[in-house]
Amino acid sequence: MSEAIVEIPQNPKPVKVGIVPCNGEEICAGSITRFACRKVLDELRKGQAVTLCLPLFIAGDKGERQFATRFPTITVDGCEKRCSAISTEKLSGKPAYSFVITDMIKDAGLELSESPRTFSESDKEAVDLVAAEIAKKVDEILGQEGDE
Amino acid sequence: MGKKILVLPCSGIGKAYGEIGRQATYELAEDLKPGQVDTLCLGRLMIRDPEALERMEDSFVITVDGCAKDCALKNVEATGKKVDKAVRTLEVFKDHRDLKPEGVLNLGEPGFKLAHYLAEKLSGEVDCRMKEE
Repeated sequence: MSEAIVEIPQNPKPVKVGIVPCNGEEICAGSITRFACRKVLDELRKGQAVTLCLPLFIAGDKGERQFATRFPTITVDGCEKRCSAISTEKLSGKPAYSFVITDMIKDAGLELSESPRTFSESDKEAVDLVAAEIAKKVDEILGQEGDE
Repeated sequence: MGKKILVLPCSGIGKAYGEIGRQATYELAEDLKPGQVDTLCLGRLMIRDPEALERMEDSFVITVDGCAKDCALKNVEATGKKVDKAVRTLEVFKDHRDLKPEGVLNLGEPGFKLAHYLAEKLSGEVDCRMKEE
């Protein structure tokens, strides 16, 4: 008698990626992490990414603290203090990938304004650049070809 | 002048209320109370950044939260610091129900008006703290 064999994947591919920006209030780069994250969620990889407010890792409940264990997570930091990467790892789980955006902005020859409140044209370009890099990483994690 | 006032918005990213609190904080610090009010990255409290903790210790602290999770309030309290005033953005919305922000981060004119009303409310709170001192 034959037996039905059901293959259960040992490491199923994730269907969504979590993105956690630092949202740093004091610096322009903090605002850029925030707008880039929303651009990925709302435009570039709609339906493939979710987010969580970083301070919810302390203020939230157990479910919220399990965010990084439920989703492979990309942290996006605006400075070398790496608040999002450190807090996510400490309070939820090790991120799948961590960005500090200052280098990629510098490498692109962009100069950020001093203001975290309103964006210059260069700041807007930086948002697009960072969002595209996050989207590429989302594709990599989900095992897909990017459509950028 | 004595103590500075630190205003810490939650910067929630799921709904417009977080961005409204953030924009209100910038308007307060830059336009309404320049030199008296400053802000601080909430994330720095999460990693217990020593310079951030020191700045907070020497200041009056006002938190601005966009939802009932009260992230800004709870993150300050988690450091052992007492919050001098906790404000929720919804307190302003209930008086201006006709104003609907256009997007989560791109607030549009109605959203910026709400941010302005919130900034004025925060300005009143700053005046109260100054009188107390």
